[in-house]
Amino acid sequence: MPIQGGYKYHQYQVVGRHLPTEKDAEPPIFRMKLWAQDTVRAKSKFWYFLAKLRKVKKANGQIVAVNEIFERRPTTIKNFGIWVRYTSRTGVHNMFKEYRDVTLNGAVEQMYQEMGSRHRVRSSALQIIKTATIKAADTKRANIKQFHDSKISFPLTRRMARPSDPRFKTTFKANRPNVAIF
Amino acid sequence: MPFTRYVEIGRVALINYGPEYGKLVVISDVVDQNRALVDRPDEIRRVVNFKRLVLTDFKIDIPRLAKKSVLTKALEEADVFAKFSNSSWGRKIAKREAKANLTDFERHTALVAKVTRSKKVRTAFNALKKAAKN
Repeated sequence: MPIQGGYKYHQYQVVGRHLPTEKDAEPPIFRMKLWAQDTVRAKSKFWYFLAKLRKVKKANGQIVAVNEIFERRPTTIKNFGIWVRYTSRTGVHNMFKEYRDVTLNGAVEQMYQEMGSRHRVRSSALQIIKTATIKAADTKRANIKQFHDSKISFPLTRRMARPSDPRFKTTFKANRPNVAIF
Repeated sequence: MPFTRYVEIGRVALINYGPEYGKLVVISDVVDQNRALVDRPDEIRRVVNFKRLVLTDFKIDIPRLAKKSVLTKALEEADVFAKFSNSSWGRKIAKREAKANLTDFERHTALVAKVTRSKKVRTAFNALKKAAKN
């Protein structure tokens, strides 16, 4: 059975706190959900964000736990809304994006790809503010809304006959391919 | 020429790429313009790109995100898998597979049969040609 996944970014939950001091023996614990390629980078991102939000940094803090978060139902399609903040060549922008996918990781992957292609945003310049699963009625984007139809019907146009396996790929063809396959 | 096959919920499609080449699946829901959620009685529902699917003429009557039991029942009632393998497309696939799985001896037998047949055809044809000339 092929697995759902192979995503570049995984969702992690990182829990950390300030080291106990004489003044404060029980410092508050902070939990953050973020996307990173692995646990090491997840912890690094956690300290980056936490230092911006609270007076805690890596030098005087400790990680309590790092866990990966997996999709509960990877066999149903959801509408995901993603709020992002990114720095462009001119300034900082906020953006709201909607995606349809079976996993939130898949939606985040789509978002990174789209931001890279449409706006030339590198992944290092991008921050995910918030994500949410949005009800079909509450979605905003026309490209997402058009798929909310239980009687959906559309043809596949411009079909290209492809080799059944990458091994059978050829650069040069004897005949010009026919793409009008009905 | 108008389109006759549409991406619809319940449309039976064939996977035409990779290790699962030749497998029939049913479209269970549409993710976006590029991908569909496909299902099969013996598999877990998953996402497949339209580039890897070819639509067939068959469509079964199932609701969106149908349960396994509903799907299996609808497939059995419509008898889609058997109908497909009896269609000219299905028979062509079966023929191609049978030819690919021939042993060396079977290939030789086929060659000899072809030679014998064309020899007989040629003899008969030449006899007719001669008769027509005279």
